[in-house]
Amino acid sequence: MTRKNVRVVIAKPGLDGHDRGARVVARALRDAGMEVIYTGLHQTPEQVAETALQEDAEVVGLSILSGAHMTLVPKIRELLKKNEMENVLLLVGGIIPEDDAAELIQSKMADAVFTPGDPLEKIISYIFEKGGKGD
Amino acid sequence: MKREDKFNELERKLKRWKTAAGNLPQKGSSGRTISGETLQPLYTPLDIKELDYERDLGFPGEYPYTRGVQGNMYRGRYWTMRQFSGFGDAYDSNRRYRYLLEEGQTGLSVAFDMPTIMGYDSDHQRSLGEVGRCGVAIDSLEDMEVLFENIPVDRVTTSMTINGPAAILWCMYLANAEKQGVRLDRVGGTIQNDILKEYIAQKSWIFPPEPSMRLITDIFAFAAQHVPAWNTISISGYHIREAGSTAVQELAFTLADGFAYVEAGIEAGLDVDDFAPRLSFFFNSHLDFFEEICKYRAARRIWARHMKERYGAKDPRSLKMRFHTQTAGCSLTAQEPENNIVRTTIEALAAVLGGTQSLHTNSMDEVLALPTEKAVKIALRTQQVIAHESGAANTVDPLAGSYFIESLTDKMEADAEEYFRRIEELGGVLKAIDMGFFQQEIADSAYIFQREVDRGERVVVGVNRYNSGEKPQIELLKIDPGVEKKQVDRLKKLKEKRDNSAVKAGLQELTKRAAGSDNLIPHILNAVKVYATEGEIIQALKEVFGEYREKPQF
Repeated sequence: MTRKNVRVVIAKPGLDGHDRGARVVARALRDAGMEVIYTGLHQTPEQVAETALQEDAEVVGLSILSGAHMTLVPKIRELLKKNEMENVLLLVGGIIPEDDAAELIQSKMADAVFTPGDPLEKIISYIFEKGGKGD
Repeated sequence: MKREDKFNELERKLKRWKTAAGNLPQKGSSGRTISGETLQPLYTPLDIKELDYERDLGFPGEYPYTRGVQGNMYRGRYWTMRQFSGFGDAYDSNRRYRYLLEEGQTGLSVAFDMPTIMGYDSDHQRSLGEVGRCGVAIDSLEDMEVLFENIPVDRVTTSMTINGPAAILWCMYLANAEKQGVRLDRVGGTIQNDILKEYIAQKSWIFPPEPSMRLITDIFAFAAQHVPAWNTISISGYHIREAGSTAVQELAFTLADGFAYVEAGIEAGLDVDDFAPRLSFFFNSHLDFFEEICKYRAARRIWARHMKERYGAKDPRSLKMRFHTQTAGCSLTAQEPENNIVRTTIEALAAVLGGTQSLHTNSMDEVLALPTEKAVKIALRTQQVIAHESGAANTVDPLAGSYFIESLTDKMEADAEEYFRRIEELGGVLKAIDMGFFQQEIADSAYIFQREVDRGERVVVGVNRYNSGEKPQIELLKIDPGVEKKQVDRLKKLKEKRDNSAVKAGLQELTKRAAGSDNLIPHILNAVKVYATEGEIIQALKEVFGEYREKPQF
């Protein structure tokens, strides 16, 4: 499914300020035709879930490089569910050790994890394949 | 033959060579640096026609310091081998520091966790899941005492990567030194304390620019009087580069920040020669070997020239740019992480040939997690091999005089000067930050670079070419999940056993002084000594200073 205008929220939850990846990804998704909202830095899980709701996001991309992913990702998934947004595609990027990535995906806390070295194209095609609730 | 005639003759021959070379196959190197700068395939005396040895290079330890800040550089003393390190609680990190010192490391460098960096105590709601994760958790003087237990702070210098709350962590360090019986004028080390690059690149801020600059100049003044051997700031290009800038942007933005601090100090009523000798710098060392070496040489020359000519500094120490270097974290790859040892070696060698005063070499696994003991040992050994086996330390500034090196050094200086003009036109560094100028320049460079990698126009070995597809088989450091609870419990106990009325009085006094214009360091020191926590002190200051917010852009 290649649908343009997919609504994506790119978020920086937690305290770390490393936003190179988040901004590069946000730009690449926009250039691929998606509607991208970037939350900016230092967001609480509540703020991320609130933005997702307000923006009617179909995809939420979390960028975390502080090591707090095992706490933050499940928390955000839970809050999204509370907002009746269980169908949101939740993607995680950053410094995520492989074991943690496997655990996040297996427990369905995250739909996909992208790490350094993954090409932008991989993220874009993943979203176009899975993203959106229909044409 | 006259000089001019010789050059004309050379020019003619060069043209002939270019025509011949142009007809050869062009299937190899693109001729572009990692920053996208297009190089000539060949440099000749024509490229450094204007070079005047005494004016542009001079002798090491002498103006304009292009060749190095010490007279005999590494013949006198090797660079300090300083591995950035910290994780878990103060006990965990103290063990790692003692291990590194036993293995021959010559200075310490503290990495704090995100809550400490952002000014939150470990028991704050925002700290959940972050305590001790990417650095050590420090909440109060009590933690600092544990962190340096059995480490003599009069003999080991310590660098602390802390910015927004730098004044507080510095006061904790000083208070601990006094408790160890060390006089403050015997304490040496560095606090990063560079808030401008936080707004520009690293994005770990607390207060808005104005009160942040006040805290910084308060530190300059206090150190000049009481802690003369302390480097009060480490003006950092490292994070600007990691955020995706080019080498020239790193050079220009870092020095522009440096000039902004000098101007702030002068505006605060300080004599430039009272604080400038303690300003230090921190650069990245990326993979483009020669470009990096030229960057360091250009940086020293620009700093010396501006300090002398623009700010009228007279003390030679004010003109010398001393800097720490860290190899580029962003150059490491998660795929085939062992290759990172090779990358780091190239980068470390560039830093040494560029005349660094201290060096951190990244561990191969840092793109995946905090480093294991084994990985950090290989990284330290890399420096030791360069120092003692490679011969790189034998001769001062050994690449000087190379047509290519001198030409590229000049070019980078000129390009940086062009940026200084643009920043000036925008109304200075703070205005340019406010307009998002630096942030956008860096974001553009990062995006262009990533696109080139994705298109395969830039080869990253093991990632977009020569990729065996094997999963990395290396052991990673796991942070004890019990650390957070342990730290929170310790903090709770501290709050029960300390003199809480003294804490309250200290914090109230601090808030009062923050509203005025006194130097705040003595008041922060008083609060620290009665075991007020970092978060409490930050809160006392926030009441007057407020918080900084960035407009999100990409």
